[in-house]
Formats: sequence, structure tokens, C-alpha cells
Amino acid sequence: MNIVNFTPIESLTGGLVIGLAVSMLYLLRGNYSGISGIYFNVISANGRGFVWRSFFIIGLIVGPVILSFFQYKSLGFEMPVTNPLFIILGGLFVGYGTQLGSGCTSGHGVCGIGRLSIRSIVGTFVFITSGIITVTFMRFMGWVTL
Amino acid sequence: MMRNYLIPLICGIIFSIGLVLAGMTNPAKVMGFLNIFGNWDPSLILVIGGAIIISMPTFLLIAKKMEGPIYNKKEGFSLLANKDIDRSLVIGSTIFGMGWAMVGFCPGPAIAALTLIDGNVFMFFIAMSIGMLLRKVF
Repeated sequence: MNIVNFTPIESLTGGLVIGLAVSMLYLLRGNYSGISGIYFNVISANGRGFVWRSFFIIGLIVGPVILSFFQYKSLGFEMPVTNPLFIILGGLFVGYGTQLGSGCTSGHGVCGIGRLSIRSIVGTFVFITSGIITVTFMRFMGWVTL
Repeated sequence: MMRNYLIPLICGIIFSIGLVLAGMTNPAKVMGFLNIFGNWDPSLILVIGGAIIISMPTFLLIAKKMEGPIYNKKEGFSLLANKDIDRSLVIGSTIFGMGWAMVGFCPGPAIAALTLIDGNVFMFFIAMSIGMLLRKVF
């Protein structure tokens, strides 16, 4: 192990801001900010709660545009993997996996752990472990350099 | 107006601003976090940790003292009944983790990165959407 690119201040600040959004949505409207579930309900045209979920997704899309009007330290954008095969397979896996497992980083990781749900703690442990194994395997195979 | 439009819109905006500030919309940082056996970028621990420091007292202390959400007393706080550690949770999370590691995007950041107008982000986003809808079939 060799620690690189560590951005503690920026990442902690971003995390606190995410926590604020999660708290606001829960205290004001009573909903968990699990993004995979919110987005899935929108694209599967679930009539119940369609409007508020759509507006949350619109907010997610425009947030970065609003932020771009202000000065902040950008942590950049770089995709280490650009092979279309991995991008498509990765997208399918993220989409299907989050629905089968009922949650993603926001739903299990932030909301679930935040309310001390054992189910979400297990889910988060599993997807991080699976991610570590996958990245290690991809590096071993020479498919990505990190 | 507040309940269905303004509150979710503002929360979505704040959420994605947090994602960008934290570096979550940079796939290289996410893959760097999962690269624990190589050149490791521990930043993501602070993202999740920072979010939980705020969300935990909200769920476990503040909300418990309230009669219901401020603008949604009628529906009340969401209740999640499923507490099972079952096959779906473990298999689904394993598959999600694999996809997350292959590209470096989970659903929130993939949506928040759409306005970068990047072909690879679009490709991932479309594949992710199809993957979600596949769950309706099998």
C-alpha cells in the first residue's frame, strides 16, 4: 500500500455537504436519498412519487452547473478505463446490481449506515470488498493502470 | 409546491454539489480508493464518513423527536421494512461493486457528471439505466 492523491479537506467537505442534503430531504420530506432507487422509480415511470423523484434527479443534474459559477478546488475528471466494453458492462452491472441489492453508495452507504441498518452495513461491506477485488484483478490482468 | 418541487430540487442540487466537491465525479479517485493494494487514495472514507456524521444524528436523534417531516406530516417518515440479509442483497451488492470498480462510477456521480457532456459518461449512464430496467425482466 502506498497512499496517493489524498484530498482530506475537499473530500470531507463534500461528504458533509452530502450529509446535509440527505438530512434536509429526510427532515423536510421524510425520504431517504437513495439515488439508485429514486432514479429507478423515475425511469420505470412509477406514478407514485414520480414528481418529487424527478425533481430530485433534475437537481442532481443541474447542481454541478450551479457550482461551476463559483470558485472551488476541482478534483478533476479522469476515466482510467475508456474501453467501451468495460464501460457498457460496468454500467449494466451497476444498474442491475443496485436494483437486485436494493441500494448503492448513497442508499446503503450513507443513509443505511447512518440509521445503523445491519442490512445496509453488510451491503456496503460487500460492494466495497467486491470493488477492491475487481480493481485488483483488473490491474493484475493489465486492463487498467492506477 | 415546497413538498413536491422545491425541496427535492434543492436537495438534489446540494447533493450533487457535495459529490463534485468530494471528487466522487472523478472516476480515477473512486478507482484509486478501491486500489487498496496499490497506489491507494483513501479520500472516499472521508466522503462517506463526513456524510454519516451529519446523517446519523439526523436519523437517530433529530427525527426521533419530531412528529413527522416538516412538509410531509401526512405521509410521515419513510419506513424501510426489509431487514433481511438475503441472497439478493449479497449477490446484487457484489455485482454493483464489480461495475463500480470497472469504471469508477456509482449512480449518483454518473448522473451528476452528465453535464460534462462526455461520450463515455453518456455510454455508462445509458448502460446503467438499461441494467436497472433489466431487473424488471429477470
